[in-house]
Order: sequence, then C-alpha cells, then structure tokens
Amino acid sequence: MITRLDDALGRQEAALTLRAQRQQLIASNIANADTPNYKAVDLNFAEALKRAQAGQPVTGSPPLLRTVARHLPPIPVAGGPAGAVDETASALPSVDGNTVDLDAEQARFAENTVRYEAAFRVLNGKLRSLLAAMQQG
Amino acid sequence: MSLFNVFTIAGSAVSAQAQRLNAVASNLANAESAAGPDGKPYQARQVVFRAAPVAGAAGGAGVEVAQVVEDASAPRRVYDPKHPLADASGYVTMPNVNVADEMVNMISASRSYQTNVEVMNTAKTLMLKALTLGSGS
Repeated sequence: MITRLDDALGRQEAALTLRAQRQQLIASNIANADTPNYKAVDLNFAEALKRAQAGQPVTGSPPLLRTVARHLPPIPVAGGPAGAVDETASALPSVDGNTVDLDAEQARFAENTVRYEAAFRVLNGKLRSLLAAMQQG
Repeated sequence: MSLFNVFTIAGSAVSAQAQRLNAVASNLANAESAAGPDGKPYQARQVVFRAAPVAGAAGGAGVEVAQVVEDASAPRRVYDPKHPLADASGYVTMPNVNVADEMVNMISASRSYQTNVEVMNTAKTLMLKALTLGSGS
C-alpha cells in the first residue's frame, strides 16, 4: 500500500521539489545580475524530472556503476553545474561577461511561480482525494 | 528544502547591493571634497561583485562583495585661484567622482535591491502555501 501511495504522489512530489529548485536557480540569476563573468543557469525541467524518477541526482553526472569490487569509487567533481542544469544563452551578453537577461529572468521567475502553484494544487487535490477515500461515508 | 536557499541567495544580493549604495552615497557626498583626512583629494570607491556558492544550493549562487577598489582615474582640475588649496597656477585638484555615473549606479543598485526583495516575497508566499498542503483548498 505504501508503494501505491508513493506511485500516486511520487511524480507530483518530484515536480514540486524541482519547481522549488528551479526557483532557486532563477533567484541566483537575479541576485547575480550585476556580477562580472557570472553565467546564467536554468533547470531543464523535463530532463530533471526524468532523472528524479529514475532515482538519479538532478545535478551532476549519473552514478557510475561499479561492476567489480576493486573498481575505484567515483570522485565527486567540485563546482561546475552539470546534469539537468544548463547555462542559458543570452542574445546580448554584456562586456563584463555576464549573461543574465534580467527581464527574461523575471518572466521565468513569474512563470515558475505559477507552475509551482499548479503542481501544488494537483498534489493537494490528490492528497484530499486520498483522504476522502480513507474516511468512511 | 531548496526554497530556503532562495532567501540566502536573494539576501546576499540585497546586502551586496546595499554596500554598493553605500559606496555611491560616499562618492556623491564627497564629490567636492578637495582634501581628505590624508590631505589628498577623495578618490571614488567602487564595489566589485563576485558570485559566492551557497551550501546546499546545487547550481545556485549568491553574491558577495569581493573588494572595494579606489578609482585610479585622474582627478579633476578646477581653476579657482581664491581657493585655499589652489596651487601656484590657480588650479584646485578635485575628486575624480563622476556624478552622472554615480546616479546611474544608484538607480541600478536600487532596482536590483527591489527585485531581490520581490524574489524573497514570492519565495515566502510559496513556502507559506506549501505549509497548507493537505488542508483547506
């Protein structure tokens, strides 16, 4: 039954978490709108959701398989976004190397807020249906 | 919880922009200070931003002030023979503050400040919403 609950809520829960994560990336772009050499990043949502459902980390490369016990464990590489986090291309990069387009980021921030709300409502609706099914009539 | 990191990121930006406003205020206040405490004319100060990684925020980055640099450009020379600090040929060395540049800097800093406060407000709304998950509509 627990796995069924997980099946019912798993995808929506992952979506809500990823929306929050994207919100964080966009916030960091807005915060660094005046930082020289900062490169704007964004979350590739489809790729991130695929990874989240496959149990892989959203950032970083997929876990290496160790088929023989004597294989060396993977060494985590510090810095440098990878995985589902991409750098966004800017139509007009600044002279100081900054690629943040503040208007586009604000639009993305608003869009992501609405999508977070949507994911929230779907999850909330599912929870309420489950609660209704659990209560006797 | 990645939405908490939005506060860290946007908060670091607000504080960095406040320091930039501080530098602008100091430059504008001393635009006519022909002599500082060391007897030399005031030199304009500029803050240099740098992206600062936030613990637990994969791919996200806050801002910090890397350093405050003194503008090395040549000071203004104003002809005013009656001025007590005038040299033998009647010129007074004034600070190298460009008031128009500083006004632009001030507008940019205050806009960035407002944007980041707005980001924090949105994150707050989303988090409060997440607290109501499973109850109400």
